[in-house]
Amino acid sequence: MSEATVNPDSMPQAATRPPTLFEIMSDRGFRGLTWGLAWLSVIALGMVVLEIGGQAMPAIKQHGTTLVTQTQWHASDQEFGILPHIFGTIYTSVLALIIGTILGVAVAIFITEDFLAPTWRTLLKNIVELLAAIPSVIYGLWGIYVVIPALRKVFSFSPALSNAFNGPSILPAALVLAIMVLPTITALARDAISNVPPKLKEGAIGLGATRWETIFKITLPTSMSGIMGAVMLGFGRALGETMALAMLVGNTSTLTWDVLSPGNTLAALLANSFSEAVTDPPQIAALMYAALVLMVITLVVNILGGLVIWRASSKLKGLR
Amino acid sequence: MSTAVQEVKPPMTPKPPPKLERSLASWRSFFSVSMTCLCFLATLIAMAPLFSVLYMLISEGLSNFSLSVFTEMPPPFGQGFGPAIIGTLVTVGIASAISVPFGILVGLYLAEFGEMSRGGPFIRFSAKVLTGIPSILAGVFAYALVVLTRTPPQFSAIAGGVALALLMLPVVILTAEEAFKQVPKKMREAAFGMGCTQTQVALKIVLPTALPGVMTGVMLAVARACGETAPLLFTALFTEQWFEGDINKPIAALSTFIYNFANRPAAAEVKLAWTASLVLVTIVLAINITAQVMTSGSKKHQR
Repeated sequence: MSEATVNPDSMPQAATRPPTLFEIMSDRGFRGLTWGLAWLSVIALGMVVLEIGGQAMPAIKQHGTTLVTQTQWHASDQEFGILPHIFGTIYTSVLALIIGTILGVAVAIFITEDFLAPTWRTLLKNIVELLAAIPSVIYGLWGIYVVIPALRKVFSFSPALSNAFNGPSILPAALVLAIMVLPTITALARDAISNVPPKLKEGAIGLGATRWETIFKITLPTSMSGIMGAVMLGFGRALGETMALAMLVGNTSTLTWDVLSPGNTLAALLANSFSEAVTDPPQIAALMYAALVLMVITLVVNILGGLVIWRASSKLKGLR
Repeated sequence: MSTAVQEVKPPMTPKPPPKLERSLASWRSFFSVSMTCLCFLATLIAMAPLFSVLYMLISEGLSNFSLSVFTEMPPPFGQGFGPAIIGTLVTVGIASAISVPFGILVGLYLAEFGEMSRGGPFIRFSAKVLTGIPSILAGVFAYALVVLTRTPPQFSAIAGGVALALLMLPVVILTAEEAFKQVPKKMREAAFGMGCTQTQVALKIVLPTALPGVMTGVMLAVARACGETAPLLFTALFTEQWFEGDINKPIAALSTFIYNFANRPAAAEVKLAWTASLVLVTIVLAINITAQVMTSGSKKHQR
């Protein structure tokens, strides 16, 4: 009854209405804009590859793959061998990774496996994150004024060692690098270890295994692929790390297994040579070639690491 | 009934109480305890560098600290690194001006408009690849794109900004997308029900709701950019002069200042590098902590 008496004109204006033409058009425009920017971010990645590859073209055309096998870098004589740098990059990273993995996985186990009260656990987690927040140039500074003098003191007992060690060399660089990859490895290994279903561990403990028997026979094997992924991503980080190495590795292109002798890495070569190479196109091309090699190595390592982690997490899904 | 059952049972012989302790004489327990000790030791070794760095920052950096380091030019003109602080603000400012709006809009596309699109996973994958690129290669890219394209080649603040922007972009994209995805579906559906267009929902509902999360990502990216050195070395280069408003000229930054002064022969100049490190770490940590407080604050608010 009352419905019929309501005058349509006096009805309060509806809270809902269809969008106006302007709103429809601006909606399309805005969505188009975000679409364009999203693809631009992909193009940016492509541009990084193309720009570096394009600038390296002259060197690739002129020298082909001989640059990768030559061992001498003398910019003034147009000699651009980057084999010592490739070797140095991988050698320092592997050394750092060995130390970083042992310490990083130990810290990850210590944080996740109920050794500590929750308050201490959070504190330890934050301290590791703090380690990651410190800029790499400060680690370089610390390496020059703390690690190198400390190593000198350690080596002072043996004249042979202290003669072989004279400041910046592969050993202090690898030690500092180990500290820098530790937070990456710890964080990812922590995720992998805490992803192990509790019932597996509880089963082992119920059967009478000790804490470390559980860790070595259940927790670590189950999370091993995740930890391997963590190590791979840590490797990717170590390969691209520049500042600490440029300040500590000694910057001489020698190809050597001796950890006490100075060496060089691809990233340190780029950091030290680019600003002076502006007026020297052949050297720029050779440096771009080095950058391209570095990019290919890190991309391959990073993508492999990502795949390993992805496979590890999808494999664990069935266990839950 | 129950008493009858008890009577049926044979009389219990008192069992010896179970032994719950493990003796260290047993190899298994000894191994377990010593592994725990080793693990604790490894953790201590891993923590030692951090405390050593902090100790050096305070003992070396603070002894030289005075307000004049913020206002004076580097030696030989003065005893400070004022231009480097301004330079860090300028380069990170340029980088943020490029990467923050860019990254937020891409995050909006990934979480809202292109959620179902085929390109979405590909764009996300390329952003992840971009996070793994070594920072020095961002510098090489900006060097090729901005420095070498001028005749004659010109190091500039803008080149440094472009390099840092490339490093910040994927961080902003991925954290913004995560933040947008946290917004409850109900809120979006209510807005669509009122006749909102997708853009209105995105800008008036999703963006304001997710803002604390988005800002956290932005601040983490800024903190990372403040500490980056490698991409600035041959893009922004370094100068001891004040910034005069011209972004087409080389500019200093705190990180490159530390690098340039780390190997100086004069002890006073090295001390200045430590003071600059103290200031840089303080800035980076302050931004990180603010970001964390903001996230935890917004979580409380939503509950």
